[in-house]
Amino acid sequence: MNGEAVERHTITVLVNNEAGVLARVIGLFSGRGYNIESLTVAEVDPAARTSRITIVTSGTPAVIEQIEAQLNRVVPVRRVTNWTAEQAGIEREMALIKVAGTGEKRMEALRMADAFRARAVDTTHTSFVFEITGAPSKIDSFIELMRPLGLVDVSRTGVAAISRGPEAM
Amino acid sequence: MDKDNTLALAPAATGAPVTLTGAEMVIQALRDQGVTHIFGYPGGAVLPIYDALFKVEGITHVLVRHEQGAVHAAEGYARSTGKPGVVLVTSGPGATNAVTGITDALMDSIPLVVITGQVPSHLIGTDAFQECDTVGITRPCTKNNWLVRDVNELSRTLHEAFQIATTGRPGPVLVDIPKDIQFQKGVYLPPANVQHRSYKPKTDPDPGAIARAVEMMAAAKRPVFYTGGGIINSGPEASKALRELVDLTGFPITSTLMGLGVFPASRPEWLGMLGMHGTWEANHAMHDCDLLICLGARFDDRVTGRVAAFSPNSKRIHLDIDASQINKVVRADLGIVADAGKAIREMVQVWKAKKKQSQPLKDWWAQIETWRGRKSLAFKNSDTLIKPQYAVDRLYELTKDKDVYITTEVGQHQMWAAQRFKFEQPNRWMTSGGLGTMGYGLPAAVGVQLAHPGALVIDIAGEASVQMTMQEMSTAIQYNLPIKIFILNNEYMGMVRQWQELLHGGRYSHSYSEALPDFVKMAEAFGCVGLRATSPAELDGKILEMIAVKRPVLFDCRVDPMENCYPMIPSGAAHNEMILSPDDGGEVSEAGKMLV
Ligand SMILES: Cc1ncc(C[n+]2csc(CCOP(=O)(O)OP(=O)(O)O)c2C)c(N)n1
Ligand SMILES: [Mg+2]
Repeated sequence: MNGEAVERHTITVLVNNEAGVLARVIGLFSGRGYNIESLTVAEVDPAARTSRITIVTSGTPAVIEQIEAQLNRVVPVRRVTNWTAEQAGIEREMALIKVAGTGEKRMEALRMADAFRARAVDTTHTSFVFEITGAPSKIDSFIELMRPLGLVDVSRTGVAAISRGPEAM
Repeated sequence: MDKDNTLALAPAATGAPVTLTGAEMVIQALRDQGVTHIFGYPGGAVLPIYDALFKVEGITHVLVRHEQGAVHAAEGYARSTGKPGVVLVTSGPGATNAVTGITDALMDSIPLVVITGQVPSHLIGTDAFQECDTVGITRPCTKNNWLVRDVNELSRTLHEAFQIATTGRPGPVLVDIPKDIQFQKGVYLPPANVQHRSYKPKTDPDPGAIARAVEMMAAAKRPVFYTGGGIINSGPEASKALRELVDLTGFPITSTLMGLGVFPASRPEWLGMLGMHGTWEANHAMHDCDLLICLGARFDDRVTGRVAAFSPNSKRIHLDIDASQINKVVRADLGIVADAGKAIREMVQVWKAKKKQSQPLKDWWAQIETWRGRKSLAFKNSDTLIKPQYAVDRLYELTKDKDVYITTEVGQHQMWAAQRFKFEQPNRWMTSGGLGTMGYGLPAAVGVQLAHPGALVIDIAGEASVQMTMQEMSTAIQYNLPIKIFILNNEYMGMVRQWQELLHGGRYSHSYSEALPDFVKMAEAFGCVGLRATSPAELDGKILEMIAVKRPVLFDCRVDPMENCYPMIPSGAAHNEMILSPDDGGEVSEAGKMLV
């Protein structure tokens, strides 16, 4: 099972919202040596007490298959969906990006933000905080463009994912 | 003090909710779950539960001498009965001492319910006396665990704990109960068949997969059954179904260390154990087969040898109750997620219904007989020294007609026992397979003997391992458990010495068992019987004496200190590269040296 290419996958895990459940899921990744590129978690249904964990991970197809199987063994896990493999999902991430500078660089940053549909949510004479939403790759590109223009700080939420069409996960 | 039976417990499972303290709920839940024996050790954070225990009858508490011993005893109890083992220990050091046993149970899929006391809720997180993050520490070594925060959740949690420990792939679970919750009163609910919100193990095989498996089996020219502990966990019926399947197909069969007993060792289809110290015929059959039928085993590294060279020309069927095992180590051509017993029964049904016939297996069996002819378990006996293999053979011959249960420690003696002791039934062999825990066998024997009072329970031990949990002899005395600790005393951590010879130029770095106690005197100090055999001539007599004594025995069997365990697949080698003796070479590759 060696020699397979490493792939990036987005996996959503619907769990019972009980104490320790996040530690259980994350512990599985660290304990078995799987990657976590990003992780988001929040309660999504207070009545059913379910939380949704979205993990972006990478591995060979065999490793990804194991990750799904291992997640399914975790007692408080209700459902596991591998968007990348099973169905086309929509993936979005939000980031807050701080850029400091004056003069032409400052103008250039604003022009770029406009092109990326990023909003300035905090403005001073010497800085902006931009809010940007999109696929992770779009956010990556925006950050790269900001780097020479006075990038100071980045905060990213990690990926949230959902399926297209009328059905639930 | 007299027992005062005033504890207001509810009659078992009447369905009516009653009000109890948390501590009483624990006892009531144990009763409602049919628990008759628990293994434990008291301490500040479990005193209310011990107090509740004091007031009831019908539950026997076995006081061990170390919490690790409690868990191994519960494992022995569970593995020899098919029932869950129950452990009760205090917070902090009580819980951490239990961790080795809990991990052992996880690796070998043994159903355990471990109940730990915790500091009172308001002190959690303050570094209180004997506080530790028990659920944090045991999260990776339990199937699931809970910290109980509300007394009204306690009974449901306990029932859920039993359900999860015993169903699907069995394993240890842990319920951590703060001391204030043990004192509080709340509503006790009897075990009801509530559907767990997310836990729904799949046990019924997919009929399409069974049909395909039967087709593959009927087409195979060189098939072999590779069986494991999953069949034992499924219950004795699964072993019966397996016998029928072997009767129908005539296929050869091997098993893992954990699977010994699933198939009678006296039958001609039995190839012996496979893997690192498996037989020549079992490993070569695995290597050369065209169909590998894995039933309830998990392609452990002790079994596969070098994975890239594992069974290179076979199609593989893999049956496991745990979906994550399929395709984990080797790819399966057909995966079946189901309870082993159910799936094997279905295979038998479908084979019969379709009036299937095996391919002619004459050539395959002829090949197997050639391999068998190598007599890979043969050894050179001695008139003066007791060879460890001879000791196991004599122990087997002199006990085989008795109601015998074998436990082991970890090392060469364990492998010799696995290779040579012949098991005809499941649940008779208790050993630490996945974790390889020295110190397992003695307390496990305590648990086995408690469950089977009239049986002959023998721990085949090493002199190094047995010192790890030796204090449980005192438990055996206290509860009149006539366990026999049969020590193959080679004055070495023999398995370590063997690897040092193979990999480290014979430099015996700290593997000599120096300053050994006098085991006979030690036996007497504990109040049990000590026996010693130093020559082959006296061995039988001493073994018979051991069997005849109705008290716990420590048997110091002085064996050849330099004997090594063969056959062996050197680490990093393939099944067909196994060595039969030290003269066989057995060069270990650089990659192999890295392996354990
Ligand atoms: C708790 C623990 N520590 C260390 C080991 C590593 N180990 C495996 S076998 C062995 C030697 C066992 O010696 P002994 O009990 O005398 O058995 P022998 O191999 O001599 O039969 C050791 C140290 C282990 N398996 N378990
Ligand atoms: Mg030894």
